[in-house]
Amino acid sequence: MEKGHPATYEEVQKIHPLYFNIVKKRYWWFALSLLVIVPGIISLFIHGLNLGIDFKGGTMIEANFTKAVTQSAITDTMKSVGLSGEVQLSNGNKSVLIRTEALQQEKQTQLMTALQKKVADYDKKTLQVDEVGPSMGQELTRNAFWSLLIAMGLMIAYISFRFQFVFAISGIIALLHDVLVVVGLFSLFQWQIDSTFVAAILTIFGYSINDTVVIFDRIRENETRMRRGDSYEDMVDKSVWQTMRRSVNTVVTVLIALFSVFILGGESTKVFSLAMLIGVFSGAYSSIFNASQILVEIKTHMKKPTKGGKAVRA
Amino acid sequence: MKRGNIIKLVTLVLIVAAAVALSIKPLVDPSKGIPLGLDLRGGVHLVLQAEPNKSGAPITNDDMDKAKAIISKRVNDLGVSEPVIQTDYNNKRLVLDLAGVSDPDQAVNVLKTTAQLTFKDPKGNIVLQGAELTDAKAGQDQSGTGGYVVNLTFSSDGAKKFADLTTKYIGQRIGIYLDDKLLTDPTVNVPITNGQAEITGYSTLQAAANDAVLMRSGSLPVSMTITEKHQVGASLGIDSLHKSIQAGIYGLVFIFLFMLAFYRLPGVVADFSLVVYGLIVLWVFWMFRVVLTLPGIAGFILSIGMAVDFNIIIYERVKEEVRAGKSLRAGVESGFSRAFITVIDAHVTTLIAALTLYYFGTGTIKGFALTLGVGIVASLFTALTFTRLVLRLIVGISAKLNPAWFGVRRDV
Repeated sequence: MEKGHPATYEEVQKIHPLYFNIVKKRYWWFALSLLVIVPGIISLFIHGLNLGIDFKGGTMIEANFTKAVTQSAITDTMKSVGLSGEVQLSNGNKSVLIRTEALQQEKQTQLMTALQKKVADYDKKTLQVDEVGPSMGQELTRNAFWSLLIAMGLMIAYISFRFQFVFAISGIIALLHDVLVVVGLFSLFQWQIDSTFVAAILTIFGYSINDTVVIFDRIRENETRMRRGDSYEDMVDKSVWQTMRRSVNTVVTVLIALFSVFILGGESTKVFSLAMLIGVFSGAYSSIFNASQILVEIKTHMKKPTKGGKAVRA
Repeated sequence: MKRGNIIKLVTLVLIVAAAVALSIKPLVDPSKGIPLGLDLRGGVHLVLQAEPNKSGAPITNDDMDKAKAIISKRVNDLGVSEPVIQTDYNNKRLVLDLAGVSDPDQAVNVLKTTAQLTFKDPKGNIVLQGAELTDAKAGQDQSGTGGYVVNLTFSSDGAKKFADLTTKYIGQRIGIYLDDKLLTDPTVNVPITNGQAEITGYSTLQAAANDAVLMRSGSLPVSMTITEKHQVGASLGIDSLHKSIQAGIYGLVFIFLFMLAFYRLPGVVADFSLVVYGLIVLWVFWMFRVVLTLPGIAGFILSIGMAVDFNIIIYERVKEEVRAGKSLRAGVESGFSRAFITVIDAHVTTLIAALTLYYFGTGTIKGFALTLGVGIVASLFTALTFTRLVLRLIVGISAKLNPAWFGVRRDV
């Protein structure tokens, strides 16, 4: 450094008006995370996820009728062609969402003609039909599972290579935290998921680790400048605060983008943007409050036998 | 003051403005612009699964190619413009994208009749296979009854069998079946020995043509079932397109405002870089004919939010460097090189996720992964070339540039 010096711990504390010791309070953050995750996991075991047709297979028909229709009229018509399923009305009872088994084309045509004859005319230009065979759902789940596993493996390898193995483990734990938060909340509220949910989970995977890596990068940098007797905990706390503005500002811009998709993007991207909103928020939280703290936790446990724990800190 | 830098900056702004103005038309051109997915313009996406026949013989790649050829023929007969038909050999599937079909139900009906064509004698025995029929054409009845007919032409082998059939069962009905479904059952009037037959009695040309298509395209080597179908009405697609464009514009405007409010002068640079970033991504889509789908647009909007990240990391770093006592110019240089390491590590991890998603994903998910991946690479590229150039030009204007413009408070 030709002039001045890198900021000291005290200086970093002074710059941030809201400063408090994030690393010391780590058990509070862990507790807060568990408070969200544990109910989610319990719900996941009891209720599972509300799987849409992309996973279970089935047909989903969205039709807009020319006049208001009734639930029973639709159900009765479905029964007349030998079908049953869920019917949802919206838009002044003119829009109908039908969920039923996977239909072959003849059956679908039969149903649509019956609806047209017995209930009311519908607009062909706004008709939406989604049909997925039952085997496709299994494939989707299997592919999702494999891609998560492989992405995770590659990330651990990359972070271990660029940082240290403990960084990779801490990062991955924070990552699983975010996935569990999203999946758990979707299970708790029984929001229906479709194939875009899988895309959202994987994006959260990529995004959340990105957030964490930026903080880790600072820890890596500060670690090399550590002097004897410096506390690892304080160094991490300093690193988290040095990157705080970036963490907050980036999450704000991403949330702005996601909010606009969520509010304005229409029905078909709702599941995706909702999952992303939760995931990005959780990702920012876990990056700031969990990942580095887990790192500190692992590091202090690793050091204990040789250096005698707290005695090093003067 | 360096006047040269100011001139360069102004030129740069003008170039970008001109590039934006000139890009809009070619990018959104309906035929040559960025191709839109079916969910944005209406149409049918179909996945047909080849089912092994009862004897359990494995489905070969050759079977799949034949099936594809036959389906393609049917699609063309339907008059679908620019159909996309892909073969998935591993899973024995055909994936069809049919855009702008006016009556999707009817289209699927014709395509889906992937059944095997057979000619049966009155006792129900199969006498002839569809493969032995070489052509079937619809036409007007020449005998002057005003009806319509389907003219059949058989292969030499087929002609022999058909001759036997029609000689044996004169005056009786023979059945032409697609799978187990009776297509038509004409009565044999005279023995047909030359392999040229005529089925009469169609009341409309359309009905005759429909049957002809089904017979002509012959039997598929394998039977197929629909495993996935996504059908989107035309105006619904346009509606989705408008909605996502609106979402994109609002998202962009608010990110612009946020960056301006928070980073002032560098905020302007960031916003400016975002425009360049968006332009690069859209042109890459255009160049590689990336089909833009609804999740794809969502991915793009998301990537805008993430692209700003690079700017934020750099600016925060520059602020730190300046606070540590460096000049603005030195701060920008060291901020850039330091932030670069951070950003590479951070983005590689996201790229890993995007790549696995692309590799394992199907359909729309693949589209999303692609936009995300292109977005990450483009944001790195933009930051390293454009943002760096503009920042250097700005700090080069004057040594006495007020650091407050960079959001740095000297007093701390």
